[in-house]
Amino acid sequence: MLEHYLSLFVKAVFVENILLAFFLGMCSFLAVSKKVETAVGLGTAVTFVLVITAPMNWLIHEYILKEGALSWLSFISEDFEKLDLSFLNFITFIATIAAMVQLVEMVIDKFSPRLYAALGIFLPLIAVNCAILGACLFMVEREYTLGEATVFGAGAGLGWFLAIVAMASIRMKIRYSNVPSGLKGLGLTMLITGLMSMAFMLFSGIQL
Amino acid sequence: MADKAEVQVKREKLFSKKNLKNITEPLSNNNPITFQVLGICSALAVTVQIRTALVMSLAVISVLCLSNLTISMLRKRIPSKIRIIVELAVVATLVILVDQILKAFLYNISKQLSVFVGLIITNCIILGRAEAYALQNKPWPSLLDGLGNGLGYGWILMVIATGREILGSGTFLGYSIIPESLYNAGYENMGLMVLAPGAFILLGLLVWLQRTLNKTISE
Repeated sequence: MLEHYLSLFVKAVFVENILLAFFLGMCSFLAVSKKVETAVGLGTAVTFVLVITAPMNWLIHEYILKEGALSWLSFISEDFEKLDLSFLNFITFIATIAAMVQLVEMVIDKFSPRLYAALGIFLPLIAVNCAILGACLFMVEREYTLGEATVFGAGAGLGWFLAIVAMASIRMKIRYSNVPSGLKGLGLTMLITGLMSMAFMLFSGIQL
Repeated sequence: MADKAEVQVKREKLFSKKNLKNITEPLSNNNPITFQVLGICSALAVTVQIRTALVMSLAVISVLCLSNLTISMLRKRIPSKIRIIVELAVVATLVILVDQILKAFLYNISKQLSVFVGLIITNCIILGRAEAYALQNKPWPSLLDGLGNGLGYGWILMVIATGREILGSGTFLGYSIIPESLYNAGYENMGLMVLAPGAFILLGLLVWLQRTLNKTISE
């Protein structure tokens, strides 16, 4: 059992890196990868929120939205057993994520003002980071269990963290390099991401 | 308030120069992908085939137009503190509609797009345009802005998808276009283009090309 979770985790971090293989969370990846410290801050925040929201959304999907999930209400009416609310997935997930981000923001502010100051403006931005919603949607599509969903959330977050920190380090190194003017900025970043993604593909043979 | 705004729009010509600019600017100089750097995620993920890219562009264009229109109409009623969540609710509702339509009429393609239709909600173009444009402008220019940015997004998607499909699988819209004799002569499809790195590299090259041709864009 433990091996299964470990394998899922490694797969989510390296082989199916949410950023380098599924392109999720590119916008903030490109915008915030100029400095290592900010990249670490955002990466931590994303991982944190993912670990919380993935199981949250799993519970909501399993016990409220899935086809037949409301059968525990069948003492009110028989119709609840057939009810399929899964078309509400998107709006519920995004609402949960936005609410959780807000909550996490308040909790951190209360208990660890230092971390709050470090994450600062990044926290509210996470609500619209596609890596989070993407991981939640993948979890539903792949029919994970609660444990798997949590592990997958943690793995996806850590993978995203690794990718953005690596990118920020590379961008800091190449800041003063003499590259063609048209390639500066986005162009070069995309090419480097391509190479990084190729490097991460080497993990695809690993079986645990 | 809303009536007043509408009257003012009517006084201005519907396709005045300023309004047309809303459509043409995002196509080149102010392109959402290559200049504003928004909406990259889906631009890369759905471009293995031209067909999926086309459907995705149409979905994004319709959501973008309608969300800009709706948010612009609501702009005076949305309290600024909770605007993000209101915008998300509007966009999520529109995306659910699009998703249901795709599932009903284009089931296979909707399966291929998998989670990426849902991810239109967090597509930065849509929230970005809502924040940057629709919240300050009248409905009609906002609609045009949505259309322009949608088209700007769409054409980049089509270019990348065409490149990836032709180089990666030797087909165009599913029809084989590389002659058999070329394969016999030793030509091989470029497997890299089908995979993730191909998308990154192709977009990087495209951005390079566009910025070299168009000197006004620089960082």
